[in-house]
Amino acid sequence: MLIEQYLPIAILLAIAIVLSLIVVFISRIMGPFRPTAKKLSPYESGMTPMGPAVRRFPVKFYLVAVLFILFDVEVIFLLPYSILVQDLGVYGLITVSIFLTVLTIGFIYEWKKGALEWE
Amino acid sequence: MDIPTLESLNLLAVLPAIILAAYTGLLLVVDLFIPNENKQRTALLAILGLGATGVALGVQINQYSAIGDQMAFGGLVIVDGYALFLQGIFLLSAILGILMAMNYLPRRGIERGEYYSLILFTTVGSMFMALANDLMVVFVALELLSIPLYVLSAFIRDDPGSEEAGMKYFLLGAFSSAFFVYGVALIYGGTGTTSLDGVAAVLAGEALNLPLALVGMGLLLVGLGFKVAAFPFHMWTPDVYQGAPTAATGFMSVGAKVAGFAALIRVLVTAFPGAAQAWGLLVIAIAILTMILGNVTAISQSNAKRMLAYSSIAHAGYILVALSAAQFPELAQEASSAALFYMLTYTITNLGAFAVVMAIEKDDGSGVEIEDFAGLAKSRPAVALMMLIFMLSLTGLPVSAGMVGKFFVFGVAINAASQSVWLAIVAIVGVLTSVVSAFYYMRIVYMMYMRDGDEEAEYPAIKPALGTALAVTGIGTLVLGFLPTLLFDAAQRALIAGL
Repeated sequence: MLIEQYLPIAILLAIAIVLSLIVVFISRIMGPFRPTAKKLSPYESGMTPMGPAVRRFPVKFYLVAVLFILFDVEVIFLLPYSILVQDLGVYGLITVSIFLTVLTIGFIYEWKKGALEWE
Repeated sequence: MDIPTLESLNLLAVLPAIILAAYTGLLLVVDLFIPNENKQRTALLAILGLGATGVALGVQINQYSAIGDQMAFGGLVIVDGYALFLQGIFLLSAILGILMAMNYLPRRGIERGEYYSLILFTTVGSMFMALANDLMVVFVALELLSIPLYVLSAFIRDDPGSEEAGMKYFLLGAFSSAFFVYGVALIYGGTGTTSLDGVAAVLAGEALNLPLALVGMGLLLVGLGFKVAAFPFHMWTPDVYQGAPTAATGFMSVGAKVAGFAALIRVLVTAFPGAAQAWGLLVIAIAILTMILGNVTAISQSNAKRMLAYSSIAHAGYILVALSAAQFPELAQEASSAALFYMLTYTITNLGAFAVVMAIEKDDGSGVEIEDFAGLAKSRPAVALMMLIFMLSLTGLPVSAGMVGKFFVFGVAINAASQSVWLAIVAIVGVLTSVVSAFYYMRIVYMMYMRDGDEEAEYPAIKPALGTALAVTGIGTLVLGFLPTLLFDAAQRALIAGL
């Protein structure tokens, strides 16, 4: 593999960097800048901001996030499989079944362990 | 699109690993329905599964001389003598690890069924490490091996030491996995393949992208160096070994290390014979530094678990001595069989040593200082005798497995010394540091036999499971020490022929 083949990628990278710099800074350079306290406050859908942004929240959310990955990964793999279902035939069906079985074991485990219950 | 056929998958060749993988998933679910006070049943079921896998493996080993090497999963996996031998070691260490845990976990009040499932998961990972013939398989197996071990080291949830062990092991382990993957990526970039044979073929053909593949190889060495705890990637070992529950420490001090070496030897010898000079010199340097650091630092330890951690670093150095001789193609086979034999002796001996530590450890996890061995010969003569055997074996003194292992390892290095003076140096450093190691191993023996301990010291009762583990490791250490002494040449020839 030759290094020149990477040239288009390098050009794309350069364009992306330059363009994003322009987009970020052009309004700052060209536009008027007259700050007030209201303008500088964080944007919360037009409401008056209440409280700091960094707050304590239940550690259970982390568990939910981890459990979510189980199904997230499932979808990531099932989506491309659904396109190739015809070509892969029985082999694909068996492979995906094994994959789903493994995930199901994880699901049964978290269910029986009570990880899905909030209280 | 190419769809693999049943012939190219050749599932029968990897049947033991598949049986164990399926059984582990099943055990995880079955364990959910076993009440908390009956978790010993999970342990027995786990041993049953390992036994069934062992039977399948035994059938394979029996047929091996007739069938020979086999490929499976379209060449991703290779079943040869090397893989079969290592799978046997992994099954043995898993069974012994579970037997020890069966006694230890209830005493510490941490018996949960997941412990046994996690050991099985790690064992499946180790087995695929030995079977792998492709860098991607090595990586997936490495993760399957490592992640359960992170959990096992943090298994005493309310103990800060165990938490620290789990966290440190996880962070550094994840870091080293990243090194490994980056290495695989660079090798793929340099050679266009991740198959071990493919990499070797490309490197033999043209040296166009050799630098890229060489850097990748170096990164693989870093990643696997972490797993086997070789200098300078050993930093995590003492803290993790000390903080983790002793049953887990004993298991991971052999399981993870042997699996790491399984992949390291296979990758370097199969994929990089073309760059043997480069990695040969690296491995020699790491081996010398690892042996010196492990043995010298172990002297100053007062905690038995920590001392065994440094000793396990030192033993990684001895295995690297054998690996460094594998850089010469004509010696590669002899060197890898020496390493294999050494790993077998190390597995049995080290598990035994940790079983003894478990036998004197108190229910709150204290009582594992070297001072606590004082007077053990009077209060627990059988356990003290076992420890004497294990310490002799770890030192490498005669009539023990360790002596035979060291003989093979240093022997192959000396055979290679005519090719490069560095091999002579590494062998000399190995012998000298073995002498140094006698100091700290014999200190435990001195404590047990020469010093009077606390008369009222109460040791926990040894239950049948731990007793069995102690007996198996003790007898194994002696048998491996005696038989090859009688049949030395025959054993060596058989080992080489079988691989």
